[in-house]
Formats: sequence, C-alpha cells, structure tokens
Amino acid sequence: MELLTNQVLAGIATGAIYACMALAVVMIYQAIDHLNFAQGEMAMFSTFISWQLMQWGIPYWWAFLATLIISFAGGIMIERLLFKPLSKAPVLTNVAGFIALFAIVNSIAGLIWDFTIKQYPTPFGSSPFLGSQLISTHQAGMIGVTLLMLVGLYLFFQFTRIGLAMRAAAALPESARLVGVNTSWMIALGWGMASAIGAVAGILIAPVVFLEPNMMGGVLVYGFAAAVLGGLSSPLGAVIGGFLVGVFENLAGTYIPGVGNELKLPIALALIITVLVFKPAGLFGRAIVKRV
Amino acid sequence: MSAAAEDAVTEAPAVEAVPKRAMTLSTGTSLVILAALLVTPMFVKNFVVFQMTMVMIYGIAVLALNILTGGSGQFSLGQSAFYALGAYTSAVLMEVANMNYALTLPIAGLVAFGAGYLFGKPALRLSGIYLALATFALAVAMPQLLKLHFLEHWTGGVQGLTVMKPDAPFGLPIGQDKWLYYFTLAISLAIYIGSINLLRSRSGRAFMSIRDNEIAASAMGVDVAQYKTLAFGVSAGITGIAGGLSAIVVAFVAPDSYTINLAIALFLGMVVGGVGWLPGSFVGAAFIIFVPNIAESISKGLSGAVFGVLLFLVIFLVPHGARQVAMVAQHLLGKLTKKN
Amino acid sequence: MTAMLNVKDLRAYYGQVQALHGLSFALNEGSLTTLLGANGAGKTTTLRAICNMVRSTGAIEFEGKSLSGRSTENVVRLGIAHVPQGRGTFTTMTVEENLQLGAITRSDSKNIVSDIERMYAHFPVLKERHTQQAGTLSGGEQQMLAVARALMLRPRLMLLDEPSFGLAPLIVRDLFKILGKINREDKVTILVVEQNAQLALELADQAYVIETGKIVMSGNAKEIASNEDVRKSYLGY
Repeated sequence: MELLTNQVLAGIATGAIYACMALAVVMIYQAIDHLNFAQGEMAMFSTFISWQLMQWGIPYWWAFLATLIISFAGGIMIERLLFKPLSKAPVLTNVAGFIALFAIVNSIAGLIWDFTIKQYPTPFGSSPFLGSQLISTHQAGMIGVTLLMLVGLYLFFQFTRIGLAMRAAAALPESARLVGVNTSWMIALGWGMASAIGAVAGILIAPVVFLEPNMMGGVLVYGFAAAVLGGLSSPLGAVIGGFLVGVFENLAGTYIPGVGNELKLPIALALIITVLVFKPAGLFGRAIVKRV
Repeated sequence: MSAAAEDAVTEAPAVEAVPKRAMTLSTGTSLVILAALLVTPMFVKNFVVFQMTMVMIYGIAVLALNILTGGSGQFSLGQSAFYALGAYTSAVLMEVANMNYALTLPIAGLVAFGAGYLFGKPALRLSGIYLALATFALAVAMPQLLKLHFLEHWTGGVQGLTVMKPDAPFGLPIGQDKWLYYFTLAISLAIYIGSINLLRSRSGRAFMSIRDNEIAASAMGVDVAQYKTLAFGVSAGITGIAGGLSAIVVAFVAPDSYTINLAIALFLGMVVGGVGWLPGSFVGAAFIIFVPNIAESISKGLSGAVFGVLLFLVIFLVPHGARQVAMVAQHLLGKLTKKN
Repeated sequence: MTAMLNVKDLRAYYGQVQALHGLSFALNEGSLTTLLGANGAGKTTTLRAICNMVRSTGAIEFEGKSLSGRSTENVVRLGIAHVPQGRGTFTTMTVEENLQLGAITRSDSKNIVSDIERMYAHFPVLKERHTQQAGTLSGGEQQMLAVARALMLRPRLMLLDEPSFGLAPLIVRDLFKILGKINREDKVTILVVEQNAQLALELADQAYVIETGKIVMSGNAKEIASNEDVRKSYLGY
C-alpha cells in the first residue's frame, strides 16, 4: 500500500511537469491551430538561461523570475519574427517552421553550453517531505509551484479583461476582432505565456532529468500524450491529462512487468495511439469538425 | 456572393497542389543524369562513391516521404522509425539468419509497410496535425524500442549490430563500395520509376484528390481512409527499403542512428527538394548529407542550427524548394539562349 | 449636413472574384438606414468591407476619418459595432462574459457595470440567463445577446447583418422595436442589412437597394416601399 501511495505521489510530481508542457502546447494550439514541436526545446533553452544566471551568482528565485520574463519576451519575439508571417501558410509550412525552430534551439544550446550533462540545483532540497518517506521535498516543491502557477493562470483567464480577450481571440478570432480585440497580439501573448510556462516546467524537472540539450525530448512527448488525453481544445483537460499521465507512467513502471525506465517513451506513444483510437477528442475536448 | 459562401471557413489545404506533370523531369534530362551517375564512380575516390550511395539511399527515403506528402497531402515526422525498422530487418536477417543481402530488402520493405499500415490506421482517421503528433512520438520512442531488453539477442541492444559488407558478385573486378553504388543505383531507379507510375495510376489520382480536398474526394467515392492508410503504408515500405540498403552499405546498425534528428533531416530534405517534385528528393538528400559535413567541420553541433536556418530560408524565400530553383534556372537559361 | 459615414466607389474582392462594383452611399448621423437586396447582391460584403474584413478599394470615411488601411479591430475602436451574420456568439462563455467582451476596448470600467444593467433592462431574458453559457441560448436570445454585445461598445454606428435570420416573426418584431428604441433614445446610427424587406422598410427612415454589387435605388424608406419595382421584387405584392 505504501508503495502504491508513494508511486501515485511521485506520479503527481512528474505529472505536474507534463501538465505544464501540455498546457503550453494547448495554449498555442488554441491560438493558431498548430502544435509547437519546439515547445520542449524552448523550455530546455529557458532552463539553460536560468542555469547561466545562477552560474553568474544570481540567487535561485531571482534567476527563476528573470528566466520567466526572458522566456516570455523570447516567446513573443519568436512569434512576431517567425510565425506571424506564416499564419496564412499551409499546415506543412508551419510544421516545417516548428521543426526548424526545434533544430535551431537544440543546436544553439549545444553550441553555447555544450552537450555534457549538468547538475541542476533545487531550492527545496531532496530530503523526505515532512518527515514522511513518501515523496521528497523537491517533488513536493514541483507540485506546489505548479499548482500555484495554475491557480494564477486560472485567475488571470477568468477574471482579467486581457484574459477574457485572449479566450475570445482563441475561441472565435473574427468575432473577437469585431469587438475590438487585437487578435494578432493576443496570439503573441499566448506564445509568451506558453514559453514562460514551459520554462517553469524545465526548471522544475531539470534536477530530476539533469540539464542537457536533449533533456526535454521525452518530457514533450509526455506533454503531447497529456494534451491528447485531455483534449487538444481544452486547457483544463491538458492539465488533468498531465497529472493522469504522470501517475499512469509511474504505476505502469512499477506494476507491469518488463516496463522499466527503458520503456518510458514507448508507453507515452502507446498512450497517444490508444487515445486516438478510442477517444480522439480526448477526455475534455470538443469533437473535431472539418468542413470542405 | 451568396451569404453561405461568405460565411464558410474553408480549411487551408495541408500542402499546395502540385500539378501531376510538374512532378518529374523530361526524358532527355533524366537520361543525361542517369549517364552521369553511371560514369562518375569510375573517376572518383571510394569515399565519394560511398557518399553518393548514401545520397541515393536518403533520396529513396525522402522520395517515400514525398509520395506521402506531395502525393496524398499527409505528413510524417516519424520516417526515421520506418527507416530503422528496415535497417534492423535487413541487418538481423543477414547476421542472424544468414540471408543474402539482396533478398532482405523486399522483406525490410514489407515489414515497414506492415508497420506503417497498422500505425497509420488509427492516426489517419484524424486531421494531419494528429498524424504529425503521433509520428513525432513514434520517432522519439523508436530508439528506446530498439534497445528493448528481450530483443537484445537479435538486435544487439545499445551496441547495435555489425553487418558483413558484401562483395561484388560473379567475380566482377570492382570494389565493395563501387558494387554497392551500382546496386543502390539500380534499386533507386526501380523505385523512382515505380513511384512515378504509382502517382500516375488510379491510386495516384486518388491520393492527389485526397491531398487537394479530402471531403470532396470522399464525396466522389474515393475511400479516403483506405487510400490514406495505403499511401502511408507505401511510404513506410519504401522508407524501409532505404533503411535496409543503409544497413548493407554502412554495414552497421545501432539504435541511436535513428533518432528524431534523422526524421527531421528527411523532412528537411523533402522541403528543400520541393514538396511533390520527385527528382527533388535526391537534391534534398544531397543537401542533408553534405550540409552537416560542412557545418560540423566548422563547429560540433552546428548542423542543427544550419538545418533550421536553411529550413526557414526555404520556407520564406523559395517555398517550392529545388523545383522553384530549377524552374527559375530554366527560365533564365531560356532568356540567355534567346538573346544569343 | 455632412454624412457620418461616407462610402465612395467601393469595390470588394474575394480572391479573383469581384463582389462589389463601385458602390457609393452615405449615412446621416442618427439615421436608421436599411440596405436591401437579393441573396448574393453584396449586402454582407458591404458591411464586411466597412470593417475591412474583405479586400476592397475605394474610400470609406467615418466622421471624417478614413477607414482604409485600418485593421478590423481599429475600425471597431472608432465606435463602429458590427453584429455579424450568424451572430458571432462566444458560445463557450457566459452571457455576462459576452457582454463584457463587447466593452473590451473601453477603459471606463465603472460605466461598464451600469451599461450591462442597461442591456438587461433592454433584454430581460439576458438577465435571467446571465451566468449561463451563451451557446445554450435560443437563436432569438443569441441575436439579442449579439445586439447587446455590440451596444456595450457604446458605438456611434451599429452595423447589423440580417438580424432576423432564422428567427420567429414575433421575435423579429420585438427585436426591431428595440432597435428603433436604441436608435431614438441612445442616438446610435444604425445600418441594417435585411432580407425581410417589409419589416426593414417599416423600421428604417432611409433605404438603399443593391443589385449585383451596385446601388440601384436610394431614398426615403417610405418612398422606396411604395416604389412599384421594389414592391414586386422585394415585398412580393
């Protein structure tokens, strides 16, 4: 029983990271109908920025905050420079753009910080949380920071005018323009926020997976799995999907024989395929309608 | 303008339509290129011959993706997985079952076709973005699958498998590299001609109708799901053959040779070569083989950035890739000859 | 007296297809004008061209300012509210959020609250349902919500695209009564595109008739209503 509780809690901790990635992916998907395949790489790059800031002697939380701001600005810049011009281009062109971004960010991170694996600090320590053996303080910290951020985002989207305008722009761009919403900037804002959310995910997971340019590849696939499970059209679904996937991953690793660490990615793949077969709209998404 | 027409929001097609005739080269040009390909190996070093062989192998893989994307408008970010599947099939059959290398290729193709068909079936019921997502996940997961513990006996696990490089048959007096070059050339040619015929056939027309307007195609009686899966399977199968060839020519397979980076490279090759222009596949393949060599010689890890930047340049400046360049060149050439 | 909205030689295109062929008309401040025409004549396109939602050439001036080159949202910010065909309801949001969105460009947050109350007075049914998802409203209720949302902008000019479309006749009468009231009491200039010519002509004081992308007739609504050709083509008697 203690093993089960232990695994569920550990799953919730990694699930928090998947929830962040899924949310970032869904936010951009809602705004522009494309999946950002470079979301993980952007998060990795943000994490390196925070690491660099700490190397220069800036304390953890200041580096954290500065990284969020830099990531936010960087996300907006990427949208303005690279993807706004592609907004009317065919899907293929957009996918090519995301793939290109993926390659560039990954490569540049390697060029600047090289491909060796680096330790990444945690401000929470890794002692048992509240004296219990169930989870570590860092895992508790991952859950705490993520929940804090999610509540913040919820309040932002539910109770601020800009949040309302962003929701309107994502739901019905043309109608949103007709009430005077500058939808183009709302998209840029969405990119900035997604980029910052990804940065949080990267910074929190870095002490676990260690810092290197390929650290987010697997995490992003799990983020995709979470987004698909929750439904690509539902931010709330993405978050719930993230936690579910995290718990599922840990339980499968513990209780299904032959599934160890080495099978983590195939499990995510299997999960994606299963959802696409049985419930393509996801748990919370709207059915997908296509017109001629 | 009728009210209804104004209101309808049409989803942009996944890829721009490419007219069927624009998909190939003229017979004359093709023959000249073929002659050049036949003669060149006699005059260059073995390493160059090897690289040209690799260009053809990647060319086949890019061509396979091109049939899928240029032909039926779907796209895959998971071609590296089918390439790996073909490579491992050939390698295992040669090393474990002692099969003749040439005979392993059709089996590699069939295995990859089967895998692609089965994989495509669920993902293809949905729009392109889901296929991209599922194939992306497949490409990322593939190296781990190849490292699986219980397959290690056949696959060699993380270490991979070393394969015997075949000699020229019938005591022909040419080296291994040259022989494999001609072997690959013959197979490339067969696949190239086969692909052109496929796209000109009834199935090819069905593919293209799906590419241009899926719902309209289904209204005309095209079994969209069936043809999409078929196109995906064929593409995977051809990719598998390319993978099998690569196992023979490189004489080595290992899980980490088939990461998402390979899938990205193949995708880049298609975009650079021009989506839907089959000869461009080989231009794109040359690109993805030689550009990293140059980039890595400048700085390690630079090739990704160079790939990415070039991809953006292609998207923004020459969205039709090599086909566009070829057409502009032809136009300029025409002007020059007129002046003289 | 100078016109509030002045449209000169308006031509609009959908891709290669030209939908408007040099359309000119003017709206006086405080007027309630209707744009009549058969299906496909270019009524909707005219409204969309004013808001720069289609590619167009020609001159459009609103209160002396040129609208060409302005993005849709910037046209709206000048005080032009557009109730689109199909109503453009944000179906996943609540009724109240829809109304707040109508006022998204305003910075006088105190007045917004009282304006929402004013809308509830105009349309009591919206008050009853203010926490409900807008997608659950009936067609007529959604149309009222769309009009209310447009009014939340405190527009100087309101463009309505077939407000009667798909509504029961009784509801249409109600709606038009409210539109008349808004025009008189709130001094909102209104341009309404309608297929229901009879109702529109009863309501309006000015009318234009549009055929294949051109204005073919204009004048006082009563005169237009008594015109033989209009009666035959649009009123059906």
